[in-house]
Amino acid sequence: MQRALTLTDTAIGKKVVMALSGAILVGFVIGHFLGNLNLYVGEASMNGYADKLHHMPVLLWGTRVLLLIAVTLHIVSAFMLWQRNQRARPVPYKMRKDIATTYAARTMYWSGPIILLFVVYHLFQFTFVPESGNVFANVVHAFSHPAVAAIYIVANLALGFHLFHGVFSAFQSLGANHPKYNQARHWLALLITIVVAGGNISFPIAVLTGVVHL
Amino acid sequence: MSDQLLNLTLHVWRQDGPTDNGHFETYQAKDITTHMSFLEMLDVINEDLIEDGKTPIAFDHDCREGICGACGMVINGRPHGPQRLTTTCQLHMRQFSDGDELWIEPWRASGFPIVRDLCVDRSAFDRIIQAGGYVSVNTGAAREANEIPVGKLDADLAMDAAACIGCGACVAACPNASAVLFTSAKIGQLAMLPHGQPERQDRVRKMVAQMDAEGFGSCTNHEECEAACPKGISVNWIGKMNRELIAAMATAKDEVEVRGK
Ligand code: HEM
Ligand code: FES
Repeated sequence: MQRALTLTDTAIGKKVVMALSGAILVGFVIGHFLGNLNLYVGEASMNGYADKLHHMPVLLWGTRVLLLIAVTLHIVSAFMLWQRNQRARPVPYKMRKDIATTYAARTMYWSGPIILLFVVYHLFQFTFVPESGNVFANVVHAFSHPAVAAIYIVANLALGFHLFHGVFSAFQSLGANHPKYNQARHWLALLITIVVAGGNISFPIAVLTGVVHL
Repeated sequence: MSDQLLNLTLHVWRQDGPTDNGHFETYQAKDITTHMSFLEMLDVINEDLIEDGKTPIAFDHDCREGICGACGMVINGRPHGPQRLTTTCQLHMRQFSDGDELWIEPWRASGFPIVRDLCVDRSAFDRIIQAGGYVSVNTGAAREANEIPVGKLDADLAMDAAACIGCGACVAACPNASAVLFTSAKIGQLAMLPHGQPERQDRVRKMVAQMDAEGFGSCTNHEECEAACPKGISVNWIGKMNRELIAAMATAKDEVEVRGK
């Protein structure tokens, strides 16, 4: 049977889906990080911010649905491309030397699933079964356990690596590349990585060191 | 450059036909002059094998001057060996030192099935070209060459892409055995020129569909292909191909048919 070729039939099209869904997720992690900065302002500010979000159900649920769609599309296309790539080289090389790639690029299929597991854990901890209605106290309590803090730090390192290659890569996948701006793509990826992953990692450290306390 | 003679240990992939499992065979390369090319070094090994009544190592080659793209093998984990911007036939033994141990393997990709030893079947590339890597021209009297003006920069860029010799090192180097560097260079080259415009949207869709049908992997932007390419084809062509495909899918007036599942 003949049928018309669609963009998502192609591996390139699936990568476009990854890039667009990834861009939504990048937007979210930036927003999420900025919101969390309230932790440094204080209890009233953090809880006020959480309260405000909960009083905007359309925005809250709209965002949640959008994120759920983005995560699903992102993972489904990642999985399909992964399968294709597994089949593309059935016999591995005895010796392989990489020249151009980065650690972040080589570990995308590790950092991604780590983020996924972490997101599930994170949602259970603070969204599905929160300790109390006091968001600020929940966060401070959680992070005062070194093991919990460690999970957040490791997960955000994975997020950092994922962001570093992901942001750089997404432009190319969307065809938004130009020799003039390719260096800027690297810098943008690095900036987003440092701000978001570095910023998120600072929260558990701030609690552990007593900078943020009840 | 020294005139020293090299003694090397070679582990060469031997595979007696497409269905054989294959294995590494170890050979000693003795008294190799540094002026030899890598293929000449293999010729010496093969002379010895023939004299001993054994089957010589099969490897592809044709021009031996770095322009045809026939040669190619992975030498110590790098397609075409350690020297940048160099085909295996143009790689000289002065790049190696006495006592080196070399692992020599064929391109590994399901899109490039092994024919024998280091020879792989690259007709997948031919089929990608047949899918759209051409311009249709009516035959008849030759037209005036300067009838269609081409900007100097566009001509230069098209030439950069056209430098691709189709050797397959990009596929060999890619962690996913993806063929996007080759395909994008061939698409990009024609997209830069006025002659390529009438079939532009068809070309990108058909060539990309064929590339996928051949079983090559997908791009994850590691950029290993560009680093391995003996002609220095830039990954910018991949971005351009993605752009071309998205534009064609979004704006083409007709459809490109593929076989449904
Ligand atoms: C939920 C778990 C996640 C999984 C399993 C996952 C998996 C992946 C994989 C396998 C890739 C492809 C890497 C490559 O082609 O080299 C990728 C790319 C990407 N990811 Fe994720 N990821 C996840 C979450 C995220 C999050 C939270 C973000 C945003 C911060 C994100 C942003 C991106 C971006 C922008 C790309 C690049 C897409 C492209 O190259 O076109 N991902 N992801
Ligand atoms: S034999 Fe022609 S490029 Fe090497």
